Amino acid sequence: MKHSTPQATRHVNRNEGLIFEKSSPGKAAWKLPPLDVPEVDTSRLLGASERKDLGGMPEVSEIEIIRHFTRLSTWNYAIDLGMYPLGSCTMKYNPRVNEAVARVEGIANGHPYQPEKISQGALRIIKLLSECLIEITGMDAITLQPAAGAHGEMTGLLMVRAYHESKGNARKKILIPDSAHGTNPATAAMVSYAVENLKSDSRGMVDIAALESQMTEDVAALMLTNPNTLGVFEQDIHKIADILHAKGGLLYMDGANMNALVGKVRPGDFGVDVMHLNLHKTFSTPHGGGGPGSGPVAIKKALEPFLPKPVVITHADGTLGFDYSRPHSVGRVRAFYGNFGMFVRALAYIQANGPDGLRQTTEDAVLNANYIRKGLEGTYDLPYDTPSMHEVVFSDKLQAKKGVRTMDIAKRLIDYGFHPYTTAFPLIVPGALMIEPTESESKEEMDLFVEAMKSIAAEVEEDPQTVLDAPHSTRVSRLDETLAARKPILRWKPA
Amino acid sequence: MLQAIGLPSVDDLFAPIPGEYRLNRDLNIPRQMAESEIVDFFHQRSRENGDGYTSFLGAGCYFHYRPVIIDSLISRGEFLTAYTPYQAEISQGTLQSIFEFQTMISELTGMEVANASMYDGSTAAAEAVMMAVRLTGRRKVVVARTLHPEYREVLATYATHQGMPLSVLGFSADGRTNLKELEGAITPETACVLVQSPNFFGTIEDVDALAEIAHKHGAMLVVSIAEAVSLGIVEPPRQADVIAMEAQSFGVPLGFGGPYCGVIATREKYVRQMPGRLVGQTVDKQGKRGFVLTLATREQHIRREKATSNICTNQALVALMVNIFMTVYGKVGLKELAKQNLAKTAYAAAQFAKHGKVLFNDAPRFNEFVVQTSEDPYAINGRLLGHKLVGGLALKKFYPELGNAALWCCTELTPRSAIDTAVGFVAESERSVRSAKEEIEEVTR
Repeated sequence: MKHSTPQATRHVNRNEGLIFEKSSPGKAAWKLPPLDVPEVDTSRLLGASERKDLGGMPEVSEIEIIRHFTRLSTWNYAIDLGMYPLGSCTMKYNPRVNEAVARVEGIANGHPYQPEKISQGALRIIKLLSECLIEITGMDAITLQPAAGAHGEMTGLLMVRAYHESKGNARKKILIPDSAHGTNPATAAMVSYAVENLKSDSRGMVDIAALESQMTEDVAALMLTNPNTLGVFEQDIHKIADILHAKGGLLYMDGANMNALVGKVRPGDFGVDVMHLNLHKTFSTPHGGGGPGSGPVAIKKALEPFLPKPVVITHADGTLGFDYSRPHSVGRVRAFYGNFGMFVRALAYIQANGPDGLRQTTEDAVLNANYIRKGLEGTYDLPYDTPSMHEVVFSDKLQAKKGVRTMDIAKRLIDYGFHPYTTAFPLIVPGALMIEPTESESKEEMDLFVEAMKSIAAEVEEDPQTVLDAPHSTRVSRLDETLAARKPILRWKPA
Repeated sequence: MLQAIGLPSVDDLFAPIPGEYRLNRDLNIPRQMAESEIVDFFHQRSRENGDGYTSFLGAGCYFHYRPVIIDSLISRGEFLTAYTPYQAEISQGTLQSIFEFQTMISELTGMEVANASMYDGSTAAAEAVMMAVRLTGRRKVVVARTLHPEYREVLATYATHQGMPLSVLGFSADGRTNLKELEGAITPETACVLVQSPNFFGTIEDVDALAEIAHKHGAMLVVSIAEAVSLGIVEPPRQADVIAMEAQSFGVPLGFGGPYCGVIATREKYVRQMPGRLVGQTVDKQGKRGFVLTLATREQHIRREKATSNICTNQALVALMVNIFMTVYGKVGLKELAKQNLAKTAYAAAQFAKHGKVLFNDAPRFNEFVVQTSEDPYAINGRLLGHKLVGGLALKKFYPELGNAALWCCTELTPRSAIDTAVGFVAESERSVRSAKEEIEEVTR
């Protein structure tokens, strides 16, 4: 017997309810030790501030909790299950040694305010990671305080602003290419800069003539992703930097795509003044379903006075400590020192690779993207034939003729056992399919991916409805997002 | 693979990068290490990092017990190595758990809706204030001095370029925000009043009174909650318009300050001005219940410079820890847990009061209190450290007006013996200061 749907991993089909629907009075998964101090009369201590009722909080047993979350987990796709080719997200393998070392007692349980004398371990981790990232980026100094990439962007732009203010003019706007991530313009707005769009040329790169005409002394910085979101290295990068610098502007680099560069080329060497990294992309810390991230910001010397405080310093006796006396600092962007647990993981990743491993990683990431590009060229439309670095962007132009769009192809890919690529981004490519395999994928896995993509292209020709109705193999079929937005149900309520 | 691509060498892949910028040397970073060496390296760092000490530090980061199933469950690759749940059909695990998280945070805070998480309590507070600014169309912000000093610093950073003038509100002798001063500080341009409860001193604010004054002037009340465990026994600030919370206490390791879990909760009518991701319930084509990220038109990937915030990546896995913790303790356990914190703290405060001066006794507190000593707390803490005890946080840096004061914290994990030892050191310090004083008096007499 022949099946029309291809083999795909089946999700557990149990209809796991909400935890609240399993709750009943008397069930418990907790136990406290006997109190070694006298009991207290809570109403006497708290008076009107005493809480009487915890509302709809659940009461369930430990096995129920384990089963609940284990079942839920089986409804997720994950890097651990297969290729996750989300362009611009760098979904690489998350090494388990990182998780192990982050849980070592003194590292997991250090209090941020414990005396410096007993914080030397954490401070050394911060210092060593900072040094590694400075060397990798070719910059002069760094802050690890920002909690994520967008937070890093904000921190970077705050420093840009402080730098210009120190020169007597904060300037008015930030230039942002039309291929940029949405966080770039949103960040510029948070730092009170106007956003001016910069168009791309026919190669998908910054249009130098446009930049020259738009670059004035009102422009504080250009926020550039390099390689850009098409996976294309901005070949005129130094010309871009020169145009900015000639008018006193700064070059900000969004380091989202740093996985294409590590060990091969350093932003600090090609004119970048300030940039952020995403430890949860390039440096293998897990995405965890949407975070935590970490967004260190590396800068050139001229911006150093403006770093967020505190800054790690070495005392005269060789011990490490925090310096809070930074009169020109932009201030704090977060309480304490940043997502320290992510620093631990990123440092472990750097140590596991070393200089040769990091270079190899970059080479493999670029090789993999080009292998996929070659495999799918002809089957899918390649809007820009400029050489690709770590990711490649196709469009759904050929499939759109049959009424099948990038999102449909993405959903069908799920039936073949893969996570979709990034859809409909960058905005300059209508119907974009943005594919980033990372270095983690083997040739075998990529061959399967290419076959799946080709098979879907064939289905589009023969039976487009199958693709339009995809996915067919998941626990839920396509969800009604319009309904969700029109009548938001954002929490469970008892019936 | 190179052959398939049609290139002779890997170097050719990097041809787009102008030759003069290519790095033709090894990065100057530590050599490649074996897994055993990496593990050893971090064990060494751990030993240099307060391993084996009993600590009385709180101040926004609390040492509570973490049930082991938290790590068992979050270590499942399907949670750990998944991306943001944009592809709903294969992200129902993450989406449903966030929906449960939003529900429990709403229940605990007494609000109608909560988001999927923010970076931490400090940035959540700053974003909550910006939300109030958008909602009221006013720009001025009144901030309590009893808000965590580092949260205040973060807010100041965020506010600088948003044209949001901040004014700081002092506290009364009971450690609570000064209501009279608030009456004077609030103007028709005030967008919101931001307070923390329990506040930085552990004192529970009179939220009803604060809300009444704020609302009377058309301003919003934003309440920051830094110690989530308090919600088990302390009435939540139901009169607040926005709550910005740090949920670290719910199963998140101290981790030298992060990653933690911020979250914003508010009323339904304000949801479209709320920053951050939101999960909503919907149905699939067959009518089956499912969950999706929703109301994305507030967010940067859709609205770009007009978004409510630039936040993208949040703290999803940490929110899952929080979620599991809340599920484990649940309706009864959270209350019992909070009661133990209250009992330990009441005991410790009473013991300290016998020898030093415990401030702010006229208002209820949760699990922190301020002890004033004759001697500089740094000196006392230095001696405690020799006994593997980390004393309370010296407050001179943040509140010089309180003199030799330190902020002490007890949780369910603070053993009575450690409290007694610490109290002993404070008693000893007071005795020696007293006898030194008496000696001087005797000499001068």
